[in-house]
Amino acid sequence: MNYLPNIIFAIALIVGLGYFAKNVKKLVRNIKLGQDVDVSDNKSQRWKNMANIALGQSKLVKRPVSGFLHVVVYVGFIIINIEVLEIIIDGLFGTHRIFSSVLPEAVYGFLIGTFEVLALLVLVAVIIFWIRRNIIKLARFWKPEMKGWPKSDGNIILYFEMVLMTLFLVMNATDLHFQDMNSGNIISQYIAPLFSGMAEGTVHFIERAAWWLHILGILTFLNYLYFSKHLHILLAFPNTFYGRVNNKGELNNLASVTKEVKMMMDPDADPFAAAPEGAEDEVPEKFGASDVQDLSWVQLLNAYTCTECGRCTSECPANLTGKKLSPRKIMMDTRDRLEEVGKNIDANNGEFKEDGKQLLGDYITNEEIWACTSCNACVEACPVSIDPLSIIIEMRRYLVMEKSDAPTELNNMMTNIENNGAPWPYNQQDRLNWKNE
Amino acid sequence: MSEQLNVPTMAELMAAGKTPDILFWVGSAGSYDDRAKKITKAFVKILNKAGVNFGVLGTEESATGDLAKRAGNEFLFQMQAMMNIEVLNMYEVKRIVTCDPHAFNCLKNEYPGLGGTYEVMHHTQFIKQLIDSNKLDIKESDYKGKQITFHDPCYLGRANSEYNAPREVLGSLNANLVEMKRHKATALCCGAGGGQMFKEPEKGDKDINELRTEDALKTNPDIIATACPYCMTMMSDGVKVKEKEAQIKVMDIAELIASSQNL
Ligand code: SF4
Ligand code: SF4
Repeated sequence: MNYLPNIIFAIALIVGLGYFAKNVKKLVRNIKLGQDVDVSDNKSQRWKNMANIALGQSKLVKRPVSGFLHVVVYVGFIIINIEVLEIIIDGLFGTHRIFSSVLPEAVYGFLIGTFEVLALLVLVAVIIFWIRRNIIKLARFWKPEMKGWPKSDGNIILYFEMVLMTLFLVMNATDLHFQDMNSGNIISQYIAPLFSGMAEGTVHFIERAAWWLHILGILTFLNYLYFSKHLHILLAFPNTFYGRVNNKGELNNLASVTKEVKMMMDPDADPFAAAPEGAEDEVPEKFGASDVQDLSWVQLLNAYTCTECGRCTSECPANLTGKKLSPRKIMMDTRDRLEEVGKNIDANNGEFKEDGKQLLGDYITNEEIWACTSCNACVEACPVSIDPLSIIIEMRRYLVMEKSDAPTELNNMMTNIENNGAPWPYNQQDRLNWKNE
Repeated sequence: MSEQLNVPTMAELMAAGKTPDILFWVGSAGSYDDRAKKITKAFVKILNKAGVNFGVLGTEESATGDLAKRAGNEFLFQMQAMMNIEVLNMYEVKRIVTCDPHAFNCLKNEYPGLGGTYEVMHHTQFIKQLIDSNKLDIKESDYKGKQITFHDPCYLGRANSEYNAPREVLGSLNANLVEMKRHKATALCCGAGGGQMFKEPEKGDKDINELRTEDALKTNPDIIATACPYCMTMMSDGVKVKEKEAQIKVMDIAELIASSQNL
């Protein structure tokens, strides 16, 4: 017996999965560069969010056309994994369509038939997606941040899926044994005649070639994920779980600030008292965020999960009125910078070496940060529970509390609050004047 | 002209040995902004009419700090919050109502973490309760058959998922309610939030309030109803820019209710 194909298959599988595992490790390491946050609250709500938003795609279908097409591709993706399981067993053990001999013929036929229909539907959906992106040119796919890699990434995924689905159908169509069964070849029976004039050996060769390309394609695709916005097919699940559970309007109260404010307001506090035990070696707290390490790991997970769909940006009032701010760009910048930091760490034996760059300034400008109305439209629109606003607020905190670098008018407003307890320069004693006017 | 507005302060009430059922948080805009003061007064008239036992902090009230927080000044926010919480807790305040969704959100969601937990309501929610419990009886109103469109304030709607109370209150006017294309969860911001009210907008094609006003104008309204003092400023300015102030009024829901009652 010739074991060569089995061996080659096993090697391909090990290499493919191994490289993927390596990248997943890197991914986890990068996400953990973020600050710790407590996400142990609201367990049941979190499970519910994951079930509804990630599994149930409840937010996606708010835009019916893309929502429906996405559900097709998503269901196709999940179901076709059963087929992949068969391919892996066949590949490793040199069997052929192992499930057809294990399962009753009718069941097997039903399964494969379902896959074939889905494959066709996915093919159609993906082609429509491609047309929307490239021919209809939906505005949200043609924003400034969608040039270069993000644009080709979106298309590469679509090509990938087109090719994979086609290979799957060709593989079935050229499988004479399968066609002979005449069960489950719902779609492929119409493709089969294309090959009917060919020699049996040629058809078999095509079948083998399609089979190999299909599985190698899947392994390649798996490894492509890490570099792509397509990472969301994995991360949407943890992201919706760890995503926001409280009212969208609620911003966190910085605990480090609470400590200091309490001390300032406490009349008994002795400003010259020795720092409490252990406080000396505490790193001085940095307020807000200027780089990815200052963000929380959930915010970094958010960045890796972003699908670059632009639903946030297409609802953003600032972006709609031509300002530079695009919440999608905030997420993309965060991921790009995080990747850069990760590479830096890899290149320097696990240690980050100062590179003179940071997220704020080198990627995201102050102009973007200050254009936000904190309206939460981006948070509401995101189909995978991403919160771009929280990153914007962290950067404002850094600008205001570390750099005193707010627009002058905002500084005036804040000075007024400080002095008069109102954003306007009016006397607090006049607060009730309206009553008698 | 403010004949018989009854506005007791917490200090006066305390001196008289009384505790009100609710505290009316007037807010900075409601206290100082000329247009917003009218909303404040309209709401007080409603409270008086319904015989609500309320008090205000008056000169003891200070900015919630919400604006500072959204501008990134967490220090200033927490100082304001802690000062206010001290006052509120001293008066043993349990329930707060306010006409400002920003104050509403901040008091409701951000004060508890700093030691100030209260039941907080937006004035539209409160008015809805008054109507539901027949304390406020809205019969025929001048607004019957008028075309009204409602602009959702971000901090009441999206931030706190309250979309119904303002609509139900408006519904009691027997007016013709028309929704803008973007409404409820997808409503467009008026452009004032996050501190934008106090600064020039960044460079762009147009101002946000103009775009929002265009949304509203598409519904052919007689009245644009708002429920936030900042939305009021933004939408009024927008209507002015579009030179429609002769035909279209911008009114807060409290004002609509008060005037329908001839208050
Ligand atoms: S919260 Fe800021 S970034 Fe998000 S949609 Fe509103 S203005 Fe845009
Ligand atoms: S943040 Fe959410 S809505 Fe915005 S582009 Fe990313 S996935 Fe889409």
